[in-house]
Amino acid sequence: MDAMQAIRETFFQECEEQLGELETGLLSMQEGAADSETVNAVFRAVHSIKGGAGAFKLDKLVKFAHVFETTLDKIRNGAMEPSPPVMKSMLRAADVLADLVTISRDGGAFDDARSNELIGELNAHCEDKAPAAAAPAPEPKTEEEAEENPFAALGWEPVTISLEPDINEYVINFKPKPELYAKGNEATRLMRELSRLGSLTVQCEIADVPLLANLEPEQSYLAWHATLRTEQDIDSVRAIFEFVDDDCQLDVEKVEPDISAPPLEPVAEVEEAQEAQEAAPVETAVLAVEEQRAVAEAAPLAAASKAEAKPDAAASAAQNTIRVDLDRVDRLINLVGELVINQAMLTQRVLEAGAVKNANIATGLDDLEHLTREIQESVMAIRAQPVRPLFQRMSRTVREIADATGKNVRLKTEGEGAEVDRTVIERLADPLTHMIRNAVDHGLERPDARIAAGKAPQGEVKLSAAHKSGRVVIEISDDGRGIDRARVKATAINKGLIPADAVLSDSEIDNLLFLPGFSTAEKITNISGRGVGMDVVKRSIQALGGRISITSRPGLGSTFSMSLPLTLAVLDGMVVRVADQTLVVPLNSILETMKPKTSEVYGLGPDSQVIGIRGGFTPLIDVGYQLGFRYERCDPMQGVALLIETEGGYRSALMVDAIQDQRQVVIKSLESNYGHVDGIAAATILGDGRIALILDTDAIVNASSGRNSPSDMLLAG
Amino acid sequence: MVEIVSKSSAGGREYITFRIGDQYFCIDIMSVREIRGWTPATTLPHAPGYVRGVINLRGIVLPIIDLADRLGFSATEPTARHVIIVAQTGKQVVGLLVDAVSDIIAMAADKVQPTPDVGSDAARAFVLGVMAIEDRMISLIALESVMPALVGEAA
Repeated sequence: MDAMQAIRETFFQECEEQLGELETGLLSMQEGAADSETVNAVFRAVHSIKGGAGAFKLDKLVKFAHVFETTLDKIRNGAMEPSPPVMKSMLRAADVLADLVTISRDGGAFDDARSNELIGELNAHCEDKAPAAAAPAPEPKTEEEAEENPFAALGWEPVTISLEPDINEYVINFKPKPELYAKGNEATRLMRELSRLGSLTVQCEIADVPLLANLEPEQSYLAWHATLRTEQDIDSVRAIFEFVDDDCQLDVEKVEPDISAPPLEPVAEVEEAQEAQEAAPVETAVLAVEEQRAVAEAAPLAAASKAEAKPDAAASAAQNTIRVDLDRVDRLINLVGELVINQAMLTQRVLEAGAVKNANIATGLDDLEHLTREIQESVMAIRAQPVRPLFQRMSRTVREIADATGKNVRLKTEGEGAEVDRTVIERLADPLTHMIRNAVDHGLERPDARIAAGKAPQGEVKLSAAHKSGRVVIEISDDGRGIDRARVKATAINKGLIPADAVLSDSEIDNLLFLPGFSTAEKITNISGRGVGMDVVKRSIQALGGRISITSRPGLGSTFSMSLPLTLAVLDGMVVRVADQTLVVPLNSILETMKPKTSEVYGLGPDSQVIGIRGGFTPLIDVGYQLGFRYERCDPMQGVALLIETEGGYRSALMVDAIQDQRQVVIKSLESNYGHVDGIAAATILGDGRIALILDTDAIVNASSGRNSPSDMLLAG
Repeated sequence: MVEIVSKSSAGGREYITFRIGDQYFCIDIMSVREIRGWTPATTLPHAPGYVRGVINLRGIVLPIIDLADRLGFSATEPTARHVIIVAQTGKQVVGLLVDAVSDIIAMAADKVQPTPDVGSDAARAFVLGVMAIEDRMISLIALESVMPALVGEAA
């Protein structure tokens, strides 16, 4: 059962990959790249999902995939044009297929109406374009394919016992061309398929095999003669070779069965035949010495495996990948984190011992440092993944929103190859979806409005990713109407977010969008208005250690730009001292640092202080007092103030005693062995081997003043 | 001094015994991951008094519990001679700060007597039972109760 579960898991993992391929392929087909390579890749993806699904008896999935496959087949053999309406249905079918896969994996109810609707749609396309004569007879094929696979997965074969004399005998001559192997097919597999139809006798023709010296590893020398006794008709026999039709010489002939032949059931014979056939390549080289034999044996295999990568290679670079359990990678990352800390400790100890005068030791330490950094970077890179799958999901979102809003939208993506930590990608999905929805729903105009504004009726949303100075910058821009600043301001005043007489710059108005409780949607639609707004998006981005900004030009569109760390395992921090404790403040929340002067600090009430910065007043928070490290507030003049911005744009000045250092730290969880601590985000280990706590600036600010309203923030800023 | 009981003896378990002040305690050896010397801990804000802070145990953030304080004795003034017993229950790993580790003993399960009915709340809450070894009484610590609540404090 466990083994089955593992296979099932692998199947769904592969489904994800296939769905990605499918989407990529369909999109490039939509762009007009309907070459056979692309169409084949798409077809293969759907077919693999169908095959696997059959093995797990996922009937709905099989049924849908089958119709999808049939339609694709029409395009593949040129019976149907990949016209825009057809491609649109195809893309929607891919979405339904993805949903079906998800539901098959996680359970849940599926909207049968939707899949049936698409099945109807696809069939309609088929009937439209296909000559009536070529109309498919899908039923026998589905049954046969769906049924033969479960047996394959279970490792046994059905024994058909038939006493009916209605048995056909076929003689099959099969000679593969090299292309057959080059496309990743295998003669063995085809013979095995054949043997499932009935009783099979196979002979391998090795007469063409040259001497070893003349043997071309990628050539095809073997041919097979098979005699099949089966109840099936000739079409089922031919169907087995359907995929390789063009890549082999195939003769299937019906012969009158020998009446005296025993009834069907000689499984042993099938086995034998298979064995003989499998051994055949070895026989060709039986006289050769051991190594040569290995070469001969490996040749067809190598050719096959090499070719298997080839079709994909056209779409993306050839991928030599292994699946590794995420836990193992994380353990490795932890260990490397340790190594970095240990290396820092070692250096410190050596310095203390005064041994650095010895040039050899100094050089050795330098080398060690370089090496550890390099190892750390390489290990971090293991967790990094391209943003491509994430972007692909977004294209689906765009399609759905475009359909729902009646807008004509094109998603353009750039830099999908940029790699980011897996967790960042996972946690980026929701905010990104939300922003894409916003861009289409709020940003873009309806086609008629666009034409009136002198733009193309089709709107464009651009999603791009790029690496910039150790971070990844993801931008979402639309060529819509831009932010209606007058309306934004009016809304903010209406909702009491800003005073009616507030004078705000354009960028300040734009940033109002990020305030909690702000939503410009005139009516709550189920597309954008889900009670969450841009403030939630901003908070999610900040939780990832990122920043988000917005630029907009009226009539030309808006751009949301997010800058994110490449990994969540390390963080850029400022190491500070507070009441004899060492703390780390995340650098991404610090706007600036300053030494307060007596003339800038004012008391406000009995125990609050504010600091005047460029005309505004910002609350001063003593971190040591807030965390309970000391019971008297410190004298602001003795310390350093870190001006920070928290969620929603509140500004506060955190008082610390001194700044020690600015460095990258490895993030360690406090929760796993202890629990959450208010005001603390996580822990880290410094060069001296001691643990330092990483400050949760938002929590500190919230704890010190639960009463800040958004309007306070704006005036303070 | 150490009573050796073969593993095959019915229900026999091994315990690590340690000293706090002049009293002896023990925990099941299966929950002990390692024993190490005291290193200064990083103070945790808003932590109960018996949590001395956290130390770095080869990359794990290990909370240190002053067992003396937890059991109601006065808080320990740790020195380099004090010992941290790294113990695990479930997935939670903590370090128990004690004065000294003394022995490993083996004891049949039926030799563990119920905790005598004493007035101390701490004793009743944190001692599972007592056992007699030679002229000593050793209290078996209820590890789960000693540890700070993981989820409770998080919420």
